[in-house]
Amino acid sequence: MRNALSSAIMRLAEDESVFFLTGDLGFMALEGVRERMGSRFINTGVAEQNMIGVAAGLAREGLRVFVYSIAPFCYARPFEQIRNDVCMPELPVCLIGNGGGYGYGYMGPTHHALEDCAAMAALGLRVLVPAFDQDIPAMLAGCNAPTYLRLGYALQPEGATIPDYAPWRKILGGERGVVVALGPLAGVAWRAFAAWPASARPSVWAVAELATALAPAEFWAEIDDSALYVIEEHVETGGLGASLALAIMKRGLIVRRLAHRYALGYPTSRYGSQGFHRAQCGLDENGLREMLGRNHS
Amino acid sequence: MTDSIATRITRAKLRLLDMHHKAHSGHLGGNLSCLDALMVLYHRVMGPEDRFVLSKGHSAGALYVTLWSLDKLSDAQLDTFCRDDTMLPGHPSGRGIPGLLFPTGSLGHGPSLAAGLAMAARHQGSGRQVYCLCSDGEWQEGSCWEALIFASHQRLDNLTILIDQNGLQGFGSTEEVISCRDLAPRLAAFDIDVCSVNGHDPAQVEARLRAPRGDRPRVLVLDTVKGNGLPFAGRLESHYLPLPDADYRAARRALEAASAP
Repeated sequence: MRNALSSAIMRLAEDESVFFLTGDLGFMALEGVRERMGSRFINTGVAEQNMIGVAAGLAREGLRVFVYSIAPFCYARPFEQIRNDVCMPELPVCLIGNGGGYGYGYMGPTHHALEDCAAMAALGLRVLVPAFDQDIPAMLAGCNAPTYLRLGYALQPEGATIPDYAPWRKILGGERGVVVALGPLAGVAWRAFAAWPASARPSVWAVAELATALAPAEFWAEIDDSALYVIEEHVETGGLGASLALAIMKRGLIVRRLAHRYALGYPTSRYGSQGFHRAQCGLDENGLREMLGRNHS
Repeated sequence: MTDSIATRITRAKLRLLDMHHKAHSGHLGGNLSCLDALMVLYHRVMGPEDRFVLSKGHSAGALYVTLWSLDKLSDAQLDTFCRDDTMLPGHPSGRGIPGLLFPTGSLGHGPSLAAGLAMAARHQGSGRQVYCLCSDGEWQEGSCWEALIFASHQRLDNLTILIDQNGLQGFGSTEEVISCRDLAPRLAAFDIDVCSVNGHDPAQVEARLRAPRGDRPRVLVLDTVKGNGLPFAGRLESHYLPLPDADYRAARRALEAASAP
Protein backbone atom coordinates (compact mmCIF):
# COMPACT_ATOMS: atom_id res chain seq x y z
CA MET A 1 0.00 0.00 0.00
CA ARG A 2 3.01 2.32 0.24
CA ASN A 3 2.86 3.13 -3.44
CA ALA A 4 -0.85 3.84 -3.20
CA LEU A 5 -0.13 6.09 -0.25
CA SER A 6 2.61 7.86 -2.15
CA SER A 7 0.30 8.54 -5.10
CA ALA A 8 -2.48 9.78 -2.84
CA ILE A 9 -0.15 12.12 -0.96
CA MET A 10 1.20 13.52 -4.21
CA ARG A 11 -2.32 14.37 -5.26
CA LEU A 12 -2.73 16.37 -2.06
CA ALA A 13 0.67 18.00 -2.36
CA GLU A 14 -0.53 20.99 -4.37
CA ASP A 15 -2.22 22.20 -1.21
CA GLU A 16 0.44 24.38 0.41
CA SER A 17 -0.96 23.63 3.85
CA VAL A 18 -0.04 19.94 3.63
CA PHE A 19 3.12 18.72 5.37
CA PHE A 20 4.60 15.24 5.35
CA LEU A 21 6.94 14.15 8.13
CA THR A 22 8.83 10.89 8.10
CA GLY A 23 10.88 9.24 10.80
CA ASP A 24 13.69 8.46 8.36
CA LEU A 25 11.67 5.85 6.46
CA GLY A 26 10.30 5.66 2.95
CA PHE A 27 13.30 4.52 0.89
CA MET A 28 12.15 3.38 -2.55
CA ALA A 29 8.61 4.55 -1.86
CA LEU A 30 8.42 8.21 -0.86
CA GLU A 31 11.05 9.77 -3.10
CA GLY A 32 8.32 11.16 -5.34
CA VAL A 33 6.53 12.70 -2.39
CA ARG A 34 9.78 14.29 -1.23
CA GLU A 35 10.39 15.75 -4.66
CA ARG A 36 6.86 17.06 -5.06
CA MET A 37 6.55 18.61 -1.62
CA GLY A 38 9.96 20.24 -1.28
CA SER A 39 10.37 21.96 2.06
CA ARG A 40 7.01 20.59 3.23
CA PHE A 41 8.51 17.11 3.25
CA ILE A 42 10.61 16.80 6.40
CA ASN A 43 12.74 13.86 7.38
CA THR A 44 12.73 14.45 11.12
CA GLY A 45 15.29 11.70 11.66
CA VAL A 46 15.22 8.81 14.09
CA ALA A 47 13.39 10.75 16.78
CA GLU A 48 9.71 9.88 16.88
CA GLN A 49 8.78 11.84 19.98
CA ASN A 50 10.07 15.00 18.38
CA MET A 51 8.35 14.14 15.12
CA ILE A 52 4.93 14.03 16.76
CA GLY A 53 5.57 17.23 18.73
CA VAL A 54 6.68 19.07 15.60
CA ALA A 55 3.61 17.76 13.79
CA ALA A 56 1.40 19.11 16.56
CA GLY A 57 3.11 22.50 16.40
CA LEU A 58 2.58 22.70 12.65
CA ALA A 59 -1.04 21.61 12.94
CA ARG A 60 -1.68 24.16 15.69
CA GLU A 61 -0.96 26.85 13.11
CA GLY A 62 -3.59 25.51 10.72
CA LEU A 63 -1.46 23.14 8.67
CA ARG A 64 -2.46 19.57 7.71
CA VAL A 65 0.19 17.12 8.76
CA PHE A 66 0.87 13.52 7.83
CA VAL A 67 3.40 11.59 9.88
CA TYR A 68 4.91 8.38 8.59
CA SER A 69 6.90 5.55 10.11
CA ILE A 70 6.89 1.80 10.63
CA ALA A 71 3.72 1.24 12.63
CA PRO A 72 5.13 0.55 16.12
CA PHE A 73 7.55 3.45 15.85
CA CYS A 74 4.65 5.66 14.88
CA TYR A 75 2.11 4.82 17.60
CA ALA A 76 4.01 3.16 20.45
CA ARG A 77 7.28 5.04 20.87
CA PRO A 78 5.68 8.51 20.97
CA PHE A 79 2.48 7.45 22.72
CA GLU A 80 2.38 10.33 25.17
CA GLN A 81 3.09 12.91 22.48
CA ILE A 82 0.12 11.52 20.56
CA ARG A 83 -2.03 11.71 23.66
CA ASN A 84 -1.04 15.13 24.96
CA ASP A 85 0.11 17.03 21.91
CA VAL A 86 -2.25 15.77 19.22
CA CYS A 87 -5.35 14.31 20.83
CA MET A 88 -5.94 16.70 23.70
CA PRO A 89 -5.93 19.76 21.40
CA GLU A 90 -7.75 17.71 18.72
CA LEU A 91 -5.32 18.59 15.96
CA PRO A 92 -5.57 17.40 12.35
CA VAL A 93 -2.54 15.12 12.39
CA CYS A 94 -2.72 11.82 10.53
CA LEU A 95 -0.33 9.18 11.81
CA ILE A 96 0.52 6.64 9.14
CA GLY A 97 1.89 3.38 10.47
CA ASN A 98 3.24 1.08 7.81
CA GLY A 99 3.18 -2.69 8.24
CA GLY A 100 0.21 -3.12 10.54
CA GLY A 101 -0.23 -6.50 12.19
CA TYR A 102 2.53 -8.91 11.24
CA GLY A 103 3.27 -6.90 8.10
CA TYR A 104 7.00 -6.70 8.70
CA GLY A 105 7.12 -10.48 9.05
CA TYR A 106 10.70 -11.66 9.20
CA MET A 107 11.88 -8.37 10.66
CA GLY A 108 10.68 -9.70 13.99
CA PRO A 109 8.32 -8.79 16.79
CA THR A 110 9.68 -5.28 17.47
CA HIS A 111 8.48 -4.32 14.00
CA HIS A 112 5.00 -5.80 14.33
CA ALA A 113 1.95 -3.80 15.40
CA LEU A 114 -0.62 -6.01 17.08
CA GLU A 115 -2.26 -3.67 19.59
CA ASP A 116 -2.10 -0.41 17.66
CA CYS A 117 -5.79 -0.06 16.82
CA ALA A 118 -6.85 -0.52 20.43
CA ALA A 119 -4.24 1.90 21.70
CA MET A 120 -5.09 4.59 19.20
CA ALA A 121 -8.85 4.15 19.52
CA ALA A 122 -8.51 4.46 23.28
CA LEU A 123 -6.94 7.88 22.79
CA GLY A 124 -9.84 8.93 20.59
CA LEU A 125 -8.13 8.86 17.24
CA ARG A 126 -10.03 7.72 14.18
CA VAL A 127 -8.58 4.36 13.30
CA LEU A 128 -8.40 3.63 9.58
CA VAL A 129 -7.34 0.27 8.20
CA PRO A 130 -7.61 0.28 4.41
CA ALA A 131 -8.52 -3.05 2.92
CA PHE A 132 -7.46 -2.22 -0.62
CA ASP A 133 -5.16 0.29 -2.28
CA GLN A 134 -8.06 2.22 -3.73
CA ASP A 135 -9.38 2.98 -0.23
CA ILE A 136 -6.49 5.29 0.58
CA PRO A 137 -7.34 8.47 -1.39
CA ALA A 138 -10.81 8.69 0.16
CA MET A 139 -9.35 8.16 3.61
CA LEU A 140 -6.68 10.85 3.27
CA ALA A 141 -9.17 13.37 1.96
CA GLY A 142 -11.15 13.09 5.17
CA CYS A 143 -8.27 13.47 7.62
CA ASN A 144 -9.31 16.56 9.55
CA ALA A 145 -9.01 15.20 13.08
CA PRO A 146 -6.49 13.07 14.98
CA THR A 147 -6.23 9.95 12.85
CA TYR A 148 -4.28 6.72 12.79
CA LEU A 149 -3.93 5.04 9.40
CA ARG A 150 -2.68 1.47 9.55
CA LEU A 151 -1.13 0.40 6.27
CA GLY A 152 -0.86 -3.25 5.35
CA TYR A 153 -0.43 -5.35 2.27
CA ALA A 154 -3.55 -5.48 0.17
CA LEU A 155 -4.74 -8.65 -1.50
CA GLN A 156 -6.85 -7.56 -4.42
CA PRO A 157 -9.81 -9.81 -5.37
CA GLU A 158 -9.01 -11.35 -8.73
CA GLY A 159 -11.48 -10.86 -11.51
CA ALA A 160 -13.94 -9.00 -9.34
CA THR A 161 -14.84 -5.38 -8.88
CA ILE A 162 -14.60 -4.02 -5.38
CA PRO A 163 -17.47 -1.76 -4.35
CA ASP A 164 -16.68 1.93 -3.95
CA TYR A 165 -15.06 2.87 -0.68
CA ALA A 166 -17.17 2.90 2.44
CA PRO A 167 -15.91 2.47 6.01
CA TRP A 168 -17.88 -0.77 6.23
CA ARG A 169 -18.85 -2.49 2.99
CA LYS A 170 -19.84 -5.90 1.74
CA ILE A 171 -17.40 -7.25 -0.81
CA LEU A 172 -18.83 -10.74 -1.24
CA GLY A 173 -22.36 -12.03 -0.91
CA GLY A 174 -23.15 -15.31 0.82
CA GLU A 175 -25.82 -17.14 2.74
CA ARG A 176 -23.98 -18.97 5.51
CA GLY A 177 -23.10 -16.40 8.09
CA VAL A 178 -21.12 -13.18 7.94
CA VAL A 179 -17.35 -12.74 7.98
CA VAL A 180 -16.28 -9.30 9.20
CA ALA A 181 -12.66 -8.62 8.32
CA LEU A 182 -10.46 -5.77 9.48
CA GLY A 183 -8.53 -4.15 6.66
CA PRO A 184 -6.45 -6.34 4.36
CA LEU A 185 -7.81 -9.56 5.84
CA ALA A 186 -10.89 -8.80 3.75
CA GLY A 187 -8.83 -9.76 0.70
CA VAL A 188 -7.79 -12.99 2.40
CA ALA A 189 -11.39 -13.82 3.22
CA TRP A 190 -12.48 -13.03 -0.33
CA ARG A 191 -9.88 -15.46 -1.67
CA ALA A 192 -10.91 -18.09 0.84
CA PHE A 193 -14.58 -18.07 -0.08
CA ALA A 194 -15.16 -16.48 -3.48
CA ALA A 195 -15.01 -19.81 -5.30
CA TRP A 196 -17.63 -21.39 -3.06
CA PRO A 197 -21.25 -21.29 -4.14
CA ALA A 198 -23.17 -18.44 -2.54
CA SER A 199 -25.43 -20.94 -0.79
CA ALA A 200 -22.42 -22.48 0.96
CA ARG A 201 -20.27 -19.48 1.78
CA PRO A 202 -20.50 -16.55 4.16
CA SER A 203 -20.80 -12.98 3.05
CA VAL A 204 -17.66 -10.94 3.61
CA TRP A 205 -17.64 -7.42 4.98
CA ALA A 206 -14.52 -5.29 4.79
CA VAL A 207 -14.09 -2.95 7.73
CA ALA A 208 -11.76 -0.06 6.93
CA GLU A 209 -12.64 2.17 9.86
CA LEU A 210 -12.79 0.66 13.31
CA ALA A 211 -15.75 2.65 14.62
CA THR A 212 -18.82 0.42 14.70
CA ALA A 213 -21.05 3.48 14.50
CA LEU A 214 -20.15 3.65 10.81
CA ALA A 215 -21.62 0.25 9.99
CA PRO A 216 -24.71 0.66 7.80
CA ALA A 217 -28.20 -0.61 8.61
CA GLU A 218 -27.74 -3.38 6.07
CA PHE A 219 -24.90 -4.81 8.11
CA TRP A 220 -26.87 -4.92 11.36
CA ALA A 221 -29.79 -6.49 9.59
CA GLU A 222 -27.55 -9.13 8.06
CA ILE A 223 -25.87 -10.23 11.25
CA ASP A 224 -29.07 -10.35 13.28
CA ASP A 225 -29.81 -13.99 14.08
CA SER A 226 -26.86 -15.07 11.97
CA ALA A 227 -23.46 -16.64 12.57
CA LEU A 228 -20.74 -14.02 12.84
CA TYR A 229 -17.03 -14.51 12.21
CA VAL A 230 -14.75 -11.62 13.14
CA ILE A 231 -11.18 -11.73 11.88
CA GLU A 232 -8.44 -9.25 12.63
CA GLU A 233 -4.67 -9.16 12.68
CA HIS A 234 -4.76 -7.51 16.08
CA VAL A 235 -4.83 -8.70 19.66
CA GLU A 236 -8.13 -9.78 21.15
CA THR A 237 -8.34 -6.83 23.52
CA GLY A 238 -9.76 -3.61 22.19
CA GLY A 239 -9.97 -4.45 18.53
CA LEU A 240 -12.76 -5.05 16.06
CA GLY A 241 -14.13 -8.15 17.77
CA ALA A 242 -14.39 -6.53 21.18
CA SER A 243 -15.96 -3.33 19.90
CA LEU A 244 -18.36 -5.20 17.65
CA ALA A 245 -19.50 -7.52 20.45
CA LEU A 246 -20.24 -4.49 22.62
CA ALA A 247 -22.13 -2.78 19.81
CA ILE A 248 -24.19 -5.91 19.22
CA MET A 249 -25.18 -6.08 22.87
CA LYS A 250 -26.03 -2.39 23.01
CA ARG A 251 -28.30 -2.83 20.02
CA GLY A 252 -29.98 -5.83 21.56
CA LEU A 253 -29.15 -8.01 18.58
CA ILE A 254 -28.75 -11.73 18.77
CA VAL A 255 -26.13 -13.58 16.82
CA ARG A 256 -26.38 -17.34 16.71
CA ARG A 257 -22.64 -17.85 16.93
CA LEU A 258 -19.70 -15.49 17.38
CA ALA A 259 -16.29 -16.75 16.31
CA HIS A 260 -13.29 -14.50 16.70
CA ARG A 261 -9.91 -15.03 15.08
CA TYR A 262 -7.23 -12.58 16.13
CA ALA A 263 -3.48 -12.16 16.54
CA LEU A 264 -2.17 -14.58 19.13
CA GLY A 265 1.24 -13.02 19.41
CA TYR A 266 4.01 -15.58 19.19
CA PRO A 267 2.56 -18.82 20.60
CA THR A 268 5.57 -20.97 19.64
CA SER A 269 8.24 -18.31 20.16
CA ARG A 270 9.16 -18.78 16.52
CA TYR A 271 9.16 -16.03 13.95
CA GLY A 272 8.56 -15.82 10.25
CA SER A 273 6.73 -14.14 7.41
CA GLN A 274 3.37 -12.46 7.74
CA GLY A 275 1.88 -15.60 6.18
CA PHE A 276 3.55 -17.77 8.82
CA HIS A 277 2.09 -15.74 11.65
CA ARG A 278 -1.32 -15.54 10.04
CA ALA A 279 -1.37 -19.29 9.69
CA GLN A 280 -0.45 -19.70 13.36
CA CYS A 281 -3.46 -17.58 14.24
CA GLY A 282 -5.81 -19.28 11.80
CA LEU A 283 -6.00 -16.10 9.78
CA ASP A 284 -4.79 -17.51 6.46
CA GLU A 285 -7.12 -18.80 3.75
CA ASN A 286 -7.02 -22.38 5.00
CA GLY A 287 -7.59 -21.27 8.56
CA LEU A 288 -10.63 -19.24 7.57
CA ARG A 289 -12.09 -22.13 5.61
CA GLU A 290 -11.49 -24.40 8.58
CA MET A 291 -13.23 -21.89 10.84
CA LEU A 292 -16.32 -21.94 8.65
CA GLY A 293 -16.30 -25.72 8.36
CA ARG A 294 -15.96 -26.25 12.07
CA ASN A 295 -18.62 -23.78 13.01
CA HIS A 296 -21.10 -25.11 10.52
CA SER A 297 -20.54 -28.75 11.42
CA MET B 1 2.73 56.91 33.99
CA THR B 2 3.38 53.25 33.24
CA ASP B 3 4.64 51.12 36.10
CA SER B 4 8.20 49.92 35.84
CA ILE B 5 8.83 46.25 35.06
CA ALA B 6 10.18 45.83 38.58
CA THR B 7 6.94 47.10 40.08
CA ARG B 8 4.89 44.84 37.86
CA ILE B 9 7.00 41.86 38.77
CA THR B 10 6.60 42.52 42.48
CA ARG B 11 2.85 42.82 42.06
CA ALA B 12 2.77 39.58 40.11
CA LYS B 13 4.80 37.78 42.76
CA LEU B 14 2.44 38.95 45.50
CA ARG B 15 -0.52 37.81 43.44
CA LEU B 16 1.15 34.46 42.82
CA LEU B 17 1.80 34.00 46.54
CA ASP B 18 -1.77 34.87 47.32
CA MET B 19 -3.17 32.58 44.63
CA HIS B 20 -1.10 29.56 45.65
CA HIS B 21 -1.71 30.16 49.34
CA LYS B 22 -5.47 30.32 48.92
CA ALA B 23 -5.43 27.20 46.78
CA HIS B 24 -3.07 25.34 49.14
CA SER B 25 -1.10 24.56 46.05
CA GLY B 26 2.55 23.56 45.85
CA HIS B 27 5.07 24.06 43.06
CA LEU B 28 5.55 27.62 44.23
CA GLY B 29 9.34 27.36 44.10
CA GLY B 30 9.50 26.66 40.38
CA ASN B 31 7.00 29.43 39.72
CA LEU B 32 9.06 32.02 41.54
CA SER B 33 12.27 30.97 39.84
CA CYS B 34 10.86 31.75 36.40
CA LEU B 35 8.41 34.57 37.06
CA ASP B 36 10.93 37.38 36.49
CA ALA B 37 11.81 36.02 33.06
CA LEU B 38 8.17 35.36 32.13
CA MET B 39 7.21 38.92 33.01
CA VAL B 40 10.09 40.33 30.97
CA LEU B 41 9.18 38.09 28.07
CA TYR B 42 5.51 39.04 28.02
CA HIS B 43 5.83 42.72 28.92
CA ARG B 44 9.04 43.69 27.17
CA VAL B 45 9.85 41.25 24.40
CA MET B 46 6.95 39.37 22.86
CA GLY B 47 4.77 40.90 20.18
CA PRO B 48 1.08 40.16 19.79
CA GLU B 49 1.65 37.52 17.12
CA ASP B 50 4.47 35.73 18.90
CA ARG B 51 3.93 32.30 20.44
CA PHE B 52 4.80 30.90 23.83
CA VAL B 53 4.92 27.30 25.05
CA LEU B 54 5.15 26.56 28.76
CA SER B 55 7.04 23.30 28.67
CA LYS B 56 7.51 23.30 32.45
CA GLY B 57 3.79 23.06 32.96
CA HIS B 58 4.17 22.98 36.74
CA SER B 59 4.85 26.72 36.52
CA ALA B 60 1.33 27.35 35.30
CA GLY B 61 0.75 29.73 38.21
CA ALA B 62 3.53 32.02 37.04
CA LEU B 63 2.05 32.09 33.58
CA TYR B 64 -1.46 32.74 34.88
CA VAL B 65 -0.36 35.74 36.93
CA THR B 66 1.69 37.02 34.01
CA LEU B 67 -1.44 36.89 31.86
CA TRP B 68 -3.32 38.54 34.74
CA SER B 69 -0.75 41.34 34.76
CA LEU B 70 -1.64 41.93 31.11
CA ASP B 71 -5.38 41.92 31.87
CA LYS B 72 -5.82 38.67 29.95
CA LEU B 73 -7.03 36.90 33.06
CA SER B 74 -9.14 38.46 35.80
CA ASP B 75 -8.81 38.35 39.57
CA ALA B 76 -11.97 36.30 39.66
CA GLN B 77 -10.43 33.76 37.30
CA LEU B 78 -7.25 33.55 39.37
CA ASP B 79 -9.37 32.90 42.44
CA THR B 80 -10.50 29.65 40.82
CA PHE B 81 -6.92 28.34 40.52
CA CYS B 82 -6.77 24.64 41.41
CA ARG B 83 -10.40 24.58 42.50
CA ASP B 84 -13.37 22.68 41.15
CA ASP B 85 -14.78 23.87 37.83
CA THR B 86 -11.70 25.96 37.04
CA MET B 87 -10.08 26.84 33.73
CA LEU B 88 -6.80 27.13 35.62
CA PRO B 89 -5.60 23.72 36.77
CA GLY B 90 -2.15 23.22 38.25
CA HIS B 91 -0.80 22.37 34.80
CA PRO B 92 -2.26 24.16 31.77
CA SER B 93 -5.01 22.40 29.86
CA GLY B 94 -4.33 24.24 26.62
CA ARG B 95 -7.99 25.17 26.36
CA GLY B 96 -9.84 28.36 26.91
CA ILE B 97 -6.96 30.66 27.87
CA PRO B 98 -5.67 33.13 25.28
CA GLY B 99 -2.24 32.19 24.02
CA LEU B 100 -2.07 28.88 25.83
CA LEU B 101 -1.71 26.57 22.88
CA PHE B 102 -1.05 23.15 24.37
CA PRO B 103 -1.70 21.07 27.46
CA THR B 104 1.65 20.72 29.21
CA GLY B 105 2.79 19.18 32.42
CA SER B 106 4.51 16.04 31.30
CA LEU B 107 8.05 17.24 30.77
CA GLY B 108 9.94 17.20 27.51
CA HIS B 109 7.12 18.08 25.15
CA GLY B 110 7.53 21.83 24.75
CA PRO B 111 10.69 22.10 22.67
CA SER B 112 9.25 19.93 19.89
CA LEU B 113 5.93 21.76 19.96
CA ALA B 114 7.76 25.07 19.77
CA ALA B 115 9.91 23.80 16.92
CA GLY B 116 6.73 22.90 15.02
CA LEU B 117 5.30 26.35 15.64
CA ALA B 118 8.56 27.89 14.42
CA MET B 119 8.53 25.74 11.28
CA ALA B 120 4.96 26.84 10.62
CA ALA B 121 5.88 30.52 11.01
CA ARG B 122 8.70 30.11 8.54
CA HIS B 123 6.47 28.31 6.05
CA GLN B 124 3.76 30.94 6.37
CA GLY B 125 6.24 33.76 5.83
CA SER B 126 5.45 35.19 9.22
CA GLY B 127 7.88 37.06 11.42
CA ARG B 128 6.41 35.37 14.48
CA GLN B 129 8.92 34.49 17.17
CA VAL B 130 8.41 31.37 19.24
CA TYR B 131 9.46 31.11 22.88
CA CYS B 132 9.49 28.02 25.05
CA LEU B 133 10.19 27.85 28.78
CA CYS B 134 11.68 24.62 30.18
CA SER B 135 12.94 23.55 33.56
CA ASP B 136 16.50 22.30 33.99
CA GLY B 137 15.51 18.85 35.25
CA GLU B 138 13.32 18.57 32.17
CA TRP B 139 16.46 18.19 30.06
CA GLN B 140 16.82 14.69 31.42
CA GLU B 141 14.04 13.84 28.97
CA GLY B 142 15.53 12.53 25.74
CA SER B 143 12.82 14.25 23.72
CA CYS B 144 14.35 17.65 24.57
CA TRP B 145 17.56 16.65 22.86
CA GLU B 146 15.63 15.26 19.91
CA ALA B 147 14.03 18.66 19.54
CA LEU B 148 17.33 20.48 19.92
CA ILE B 149 18.98 18.41 17.19
CA PHE B 150 16.01 19.09 14.93
CA ALA B 151 15.87 22.82 15.63
CA SER B 152 19.59 23.17 15.07
CA HIS B 153 19.49 21.25 11.81
CA GLN B 154 16.51 23.24 10.57
CA ARG B 155 18.22 26.51 11.54
CA LEU B 156 15.12 27.71 13.36
CA ASP B 157 16.30 31.24 14.01
CA ASN B 158 12.83 32.25 15.17
CA LEU B 159 12.94 29.86 18.13
CA THR B 160 14.15 30.75 21.61
CA ILE B 161 14.20 28.21 24.41
CA LEU B 162 14.55 29.51 27.95
CA ILE B 163 15.73 27.11 30.64
CA ASP B 164 14.93 27.90 34.24
CA GLN B 165 18.10 26.51 35.78
CA ASN B 166 17.27 26.57 39.48
CA GLY B 167 19.28 23.44 40.22
CA LEU B 168 16.56 21.58 42.07
CA GLN B 169 14.32 18.86 40.73
CA GLY B 170 11.74 16.47 42.14
CA PHE B 171 13.80 14.47 44.59
CA GLY B 172 17.19 16.12 44.80
CA SER B 173 19.44 18.62 43.10
CA THR B 174 20.44 18.25 39.47
CA GLU B 175 23.98 17.86 40.72
CA GLU B 176 22.99 14.91 42.90
CA VAL B 177 20.72 13.28 40.36
CA ILE B 178 22.67 13.55 37.10
CA SER B 179 25.91 15.39 37.99
CA CYS B 180 24.87 18.48 36.10
CA ARG B 181 24.81 21.91 37.66
CA ASP B 182 25.11 23.85 34.41
CA LEU B 183 23.49 22.79 31.15
CA ALA B 184 25.11 25.50 29.07
CA PRO B 185 28.32 23.64 28.13
CA ARG B 186 26.36 20.59 27.08
CA LEU B 187 23.93 22.63 25.01
CA ALA B 188 26.77 24.49 23.31
CA ALA B 189 27.83 21.30 21.54
CA PHE B 190 24.68 21.43 19.41
CA ASP B 191 25.62 24.32 17.14
CA ILE B 192 23.08 26.70 18.60
CA ASP B 193 23.27 30.14 20.20
CA VAL B 194 23.63 29.49 23.94
CA CYS B 195 24.03 32.12 26.62
CA SER B 196 23.51 32.30 30.37
CA VAL B 197 22.09 35.16 32.42
CA ASN B 198 20.96 35.89 35.94
CA GLY B 199 17.31 34.93 35.60
CA HIS B 200 16.30 37.30 38.37
CA ASP B 201 17.76 40.38 36.66
CA PRO B 202 15.08 41.70 34.31
CA ALA B 203 17.46 44.01 32.46
CA GLN B 204 19.90 41.20 31.74
CA VAL B 205 17.17 38.85 30.61
CA GLU B 206 15.69 41.46 28.29
CA ALA B 207 19.07 42.38 26.86
CA ARG B 208 19.89 38.77 26.05
CA LEU B 209 16.49 38.11 24.53
CA ARG B 210 16.83 41.18 22.32
CA ALA B 211 20.45 40.62 21.36
CA PRO B 212 21.11 39.96 17.67
CA ARG B 213 21.83 36.43 16.65
CA GLY B 214 22.68 34.49 13.55
CA ASP B 215 20.67 31.87 11.77
CA ARG B 216 20.46 29.48 14.68
CA PRO B 217 17.97 28.78 17.43
CA ARG B 218 18.78 30.36 20.75
CA VAL B 219 18.84 28.81 24.20
CA LEU B 220 18.90 31.19 27.13
CA VAL B 221 19.93 29.53 30.37
CA LEU B 222 18.42 31.42 33.29
CA ASP B 223 20.44 30.99 36.43
CA THR B 224 17.79 31.15 39.11
CA VAL B 225 16.93 30.27 42.69
CA LYS B 226 14.00 27.98 43.35
CA GLY B 227 11.48 29.74 45.55
CA ASN B 228 13.32 33.01 45.08
CA GLY B 229 12.20 35.38 47.88
CA LEU B 230 10.65 32.65 50.01
CA PRO B 231 11.81 31.61 53.47
CA PHE B 232 12.73 28.21 52.07
CA ALA B 233 14.30 29.49 48.86
CA GLY B 234 16.81 27.12 47.34
CA ARG B 235 15.48 24.15 49.27
CA LEU B 236 13.58 21.17 47.96
CA GLU B 237 10.53 22.02 50.05
CA SER B 238 9.87 24.86 47.64
CA HIS B 239 9.23 22.36 44.83
CA TYR B 240 6.23 20.71 46.38
CA LEU B 241 4.88 22.23 49.55
CA PRO B 242 2.10 24.77 49.92
CA LEU B 243 3.05 27.78 51.98
CA PRO B 244 2.22 27.59 55.68
CA ASP B 245 0.53 30.76 56.98
CA ALA B 246 3.62 32.01 58.78
CA ASP B 247 5.80 31.54 55.70
CA TYR B 248 3.17 33.18 53.54
CA ARG B 249 3.14 36.27 55.75
CA ALA B 250 6.93 36.34 55.91
CA ALA B 251 7.20 36.03 52.14
CA ARG B 252 4.76 38.88 51.61
CA ARG B 253 6.66 41.08 54.02
CA ALA B 254 9.94 40.25 52.29
CA LEU B 255 8.59 41.04 48.85
CA GLU B 256 6.94 44.26 50.01
CA ALA B 257 10.11 45.37 51.78
CA ALA B 258 12.23 44.62 48.74
CA SER B 259 9.96 46.71 46.55
CA ALA B 260 9.64 49.65 48.95
CA PRO B 261 11.06 52.88 47.54
